[in-house]
Amino acid sequence: MQGSSATLLAFAGSLGPASMRKQLAHLSDEALVALMARGDETALGELYDRVGRIGYGLAVRILRDDRLAEDAVQEGFLAAWRTAASFRAERAKARTWILTLVHRRAVDLVRREERRRAEPLTDEHADTAAGASEPVEEAAWLRFERERVQSALRKLPDAQREAIELAYYGGFSQSELAERLGVPLGTIKSRMFAGLARLRELLDEPSEEGSWRPEFTS
Amino acid sequence: METGVHELTAGYALDALEPAERAAYEAHLPGCASCQEELSAFLETTDALAVAASGPEPPSALRGRILDAARAEPPVVVPIESARRRRLTPALGVAAAVAAVVAIALGIWAAHLSSELDKTRSALEGQRSAAAVVADPNARKVSLSSGDGKLIVDDSGRAALVLDDLVAAPAGKTYETWIIAGGTATPAGTFPGGNRVDVVGVDGVVEQGDVVAVTVERHGGTSQPTTRPIVASSPV
Repeated sequence: MQGSSATLLAFAGSLGPASMRKQLAHLSDEALVALMARGDETALGELYDRVGRIGYGLAVRILRDDRLAEDAVQEGFLAAWRTAASFRAERAKARTWILTLVHRRAVDLVRREERRRAEPLTDEHADTAAGASEPVEEAAWLRFERERVQSALRKLPDAQREAIELAYYGGFSQSELAERLGVPLGTIKSRMFAGLARLRELLDEPSEEGSWRPEFTS
Repeated sequence: METGVHELTAGYALDALEPAERAAYEAHLPGCASCQEELSAFLETTDALAVAASGPEPPSALRGRILDAARAEPPVVVPIESARRRRLTPALGVAAAVAAVVAIALGIWAAHLSSELDKTRSALEGQRSAAAVVADPNARKVSLSSGDGKLIVDDSGRAALVLDDLVAAPAGKTYETWIIAGGTATPAGTFPGGNRVDVVGVDGVVEQGDVVAVTVERHGGTSQPTTRPIVASSPV
């Protein structure tokens, strides 16, 4: 193992954003997935640096448990690592794909653990969104996006917002929601459909602050 | 049923489906361009919901753990068309084929396949070709004369069984697939079963008039069937 390329890779991979980003920063997320499909671990590390924070926040929101959230993030990224060759960029952005994998894992875990919580949008971690040790522009971008999406969510009719939040952040299935809220399954389905469609429109509208995004998200 | 499946797109994007609905939707998606388009758009919206959940930073050790785990993955490299190579692990297993269909259609590989799946290396090739057969729009569907599911056969005779709710093979036993041609049974692979939907590649070429069947055999499989088929297709 000593002196092998694996050791070198391990060393390079452990350096994190400071050095590897210099080499990979110009690549799109999708290009990194292509490198990952060839077994490039530094590409995995770079993707983690870009998406891991968001994935972890999402997993914590769903699972309310740091350990389980770490498991969900790890399994989501490993699923991406294993299946990178099957990723098709024309259908979804790489970040969307990875976050979908993490979300799926978190939802499966929360259902298994039966640790669901019913209260929507408690935002207990909201104040920590801008961490100190990350690049300033990334923290600013996350905060900007978060506020933009939450403002769009607030514009949805209550019933639609409730259905979306309980499903996406709570891990509830449509059938469980129908039962708990005492409404027909068809009603829940329509609320989710209408809510997502409306949310999409709201997010597509140009916001007053402009649509600034760091280059790597395009 | 078809319109019912279309209505699951929003629930799928939010991961709000029950396992059976999820499997039905994933089976439906590869053949439905409008659902693919709609799902793709909805996933962009759920991506925004993910970003909106941003909270605490992950522990700094998590990055290293993920890289270590990736490094520890068995380096199974399967050559595919042209010079590209792809990396898969046997842990993806047979049941992963349904998700492979989604991956082909959408670039999304469901994460639920990371656990509880058959670990054998031999399953890998079958799984890959099964996914390709199931995803082939020109492949024919052949009904089963016994068992729940269907047989899918493409133009070149590659075939995959899609089996619903097949209980896991008992301890020490396995399911074995057979191609039966003119009264002769040829072994066509083994699999453990036990998934809500098992997608099983058939090893070998299935020709017109052949029957594909499944029996329960001792672990490792046998050269000739020793029990009555629990699954049998109509003649292809």
